Amino acid sequence: MVQYKTARLDTSFAALSDATRRGVLEQLGRTDASISDLADKFHMTLTGMKKHIGILEQAGLVATQKIGRVRTCRLGPRRLAEETAWIEAHRALWASRFDALDDLVEELKQKEKTDGRKRKA
Amino acid sequence: MAANEKRDHGKNRTTMERESDRELIVTRIFNGPAHIVFQAWANPDLFKRWWAPKSFGLTILSCEMDIRTGGTYRLEMGHPSSEKPMAFFGRYIEVIPHTRIVWTNDDGGEDGAVTTVTFEERNGETSVVLRELYPSKKALDDAMALGSTSGFVEQFDQLDALLAA
Repeated sequence: MVQYKTARLDTSFAALSDATRRGVLEQLGRTDASISDLADKFHMTLTGMKKHIGILEQAGLVATQKIGRVRTCRLGPRRLAEETAWIEAHRALWASRFDALDDLVEELKQKEKTDGRKRKA
Repeated sequence: MAANEKRDHGKNRTTMERESDRELIVTRIFNGPAHIVFQAWANPDLFKRWWAPKSFGLTILSCEMDIRTGGTYRLEMGHPSSEKPMAFFGRYIEVIPHTRIVWTNDDGGEDGAVTTVTFEERNGETSVVLRELYPSKKALDDAMALGSTSGFVEQFDQLDALLAA
């Protein structure tokens, strides 16, 4: 397990140790883009950019999909997994909050009923 | 309260979703009329009783709420992992009793979200929908601390700067 994690971290570090690849990740954080868009943006050849994307893809940081002749890149499954984990953690916070609010609503409802009866009496 | 703690909350699930690039949405149904649910949000003494779940180690240190359109709030919470209290503050953009509260989250600076919570009563139950709308996709991504990879990006940039110096 530890070894697996280390291997994955190594791949990530290797992928992130290059300024262009970090730039590509930031760019894809804003919007999806084709490889040729990215090549233009970073002033390099299509082949050069393909190599960078390949390394990012191996690290799970970028996912690509070919539609027709265009290969579109977006942030990879690693990123999606992080997002899902974050949402689940925050949902748990809200659920816990709302369970407490649910108890309070029940208490206030009972109180209103009792007060109502007192007023009528 | 001991009896209440054993109550079954299973029926009324809390859902949370990323609705769009810049919006999160939380929903829950409560077994009570809207005026009671609203009261629990709008009255600071009642609000303090549920906003900071003990199971998350959170405590409310102070809570000031001037809950009316244009009013402001300031909330301080403590957590064992942080020495300093965490401050949350902002302004109520709109308060419609029993219906809707909209507030800013100014502690988030320019990237702070606008929170809208609506209360809709149906057959004695109240559906609560809470939306957090961020000014940009990046602001929400940052708030979600998506995280480890963008953290790496910053660290590497710093390292580059250091090596270039």
